[in-house]
Amino acid sequence: MITKFRGKKITSMLGILPETVGLFDDEVNNYSFPPKQTMRLKKIMGYDRHRLAKDTSTVSDFAVYGLRYMLENKWIKKEEIGAVITVTLCPDHFVPHISNIVQDKCGLDTDVMCFDIAQGCCGFLVGLMQAFMVLDHTDKKVLLINGDVLSHKVSKKDRNDYPLIGDAATITVLENGGDDEIYYEMHTDGSRGKALIIPAGAFRMPSNPDTGVMADLGDGNFRSLDNMTMDGSEVFNFVQVEVPPMLENAFKRENMTVDDFDWFLFHQPNRFMLQKLAEKAGLPQDKLPMNLVENFGNPSGASIPMTAIYNCRDSLINSENKCCLSAFGSGLAWGVVFMNIGKLDYCDLIESDL
Amino acid sequence: MNSDILSMLEEIKPEFDFNDSEDFVMDGLLDSFDIITLISMLEEKYGITIDGLDIVPENFSSLDSIANLVVKSGGKA
Repeated sequence: MITKFRGKKITSMLGILPETVGLFDDEVNNYSFPPKQTMRLKKIMGYDRHRLAKDTSTVSDFAVYGLRYMLENKWIKKEEIGAVITVTLCPDHFVPHISNIVQDKCGLDTDVMCFDIAQGCCGFLVGLMQAFMVLDHTDKKVLLINGDVLSHKVSKKDRNDYPLIGDAATITVLENGGDDEIYYEMHTDGSRGKALIIPAGAFRMPSNPDTGVMADLGDGNFRSLDNMTMDGSEVFNFVQVEVPPMLENAFKRENMTVDDFDWFLFHQPNRFMLQKLAEKAGLPQDKLPMNLVENFGNPSGASIPMTAIYNCRDSLINSENKCCLSAFGSGLAWGVVFMNIGKLDYCDLIESDL
Repeated sequence: MNSDILSMLEEIKPEFDFNDSEDFVMDGLLDSFDIITLISMLEEKYGITIDGLDIVPENFSSLDSIANLVVKSGGKA
């Protein structure tokens, strides 16, 4: 799908991190590979440290913590909120939804529209579209919550996945205003969906004692059917094949070049993949932050706002920025958005004890 | 060039004899993370940039296929 929106803007962004830090150096011996071999990946992939939620903490805990922070610090008033949209792969329960839990715990009015969307890597772009559409029907503000605690679903003995996963949530405030045009493009190929999958735990394969049995399924990593598993080669090739031509065609369609953008705020799978993508697409690496995995881990759908907050906070507060947002991954799905982000009212990154 | 590449492979996976394999990937000598490590070493040694679209298993199946990839990417022996 390719479409455009007009007159919508982001006015505040908040990132919420767990305070617990997992260090790659400490985890090297958890894996069944020789430590020397594993340590080579530190620089190449950007593995260093990642944030880990407590076993008892859920996405709603982070969202409530963040929204209470915003309310207490007068970023927003309860009566200004028209809708809460949560995008996550990690629901507290199948029912009720996280947005409803947030509405209750933060004391929001009952006329606030609340709904959740199940999306992973492209979660911010999918959430943006939903927020834009809701804004067509309200003068109030929309809260877009992106969050995941995927460390709960990744085996600690899985070197492919565990070092790069990070837990986090973001809250993005959107509202009507201005006349800027927003370019929006999204693609899906469900035939390749099993390249990134959590096989058990939902209705197709409910969790049971058998799905929790850890085993080496042939790649030297120990995981169970309850754990997330990723075919790294398949995902890498998918990104290299699909994303550069999507970007090139979008630039042509909008009569723009890479020089027209202040920032390329991309999903953060790992440093190697982003470097190869930047090389292939001819993107300036000084405008494409690649450091989320090494500092916090990849927080799935929260990766783009977290990248923006961590790397571009001053720029986003003080000036208007032409941003190219792009996400790619689970689904498989890939997309790109061109939009101005800037002169934000508030932008901050906070830690929680969750 | 082949002997330099063999040295790199033996540094990455000293437990394997690469001379005994007809396909490093199919025989399980190299996984995707080993390939990434090898790419990093090749790019540094030969001052090249390997195109992301060339990072496919068939380009890492043998010493000759890896050497061909290095040459294709602008590397000189």
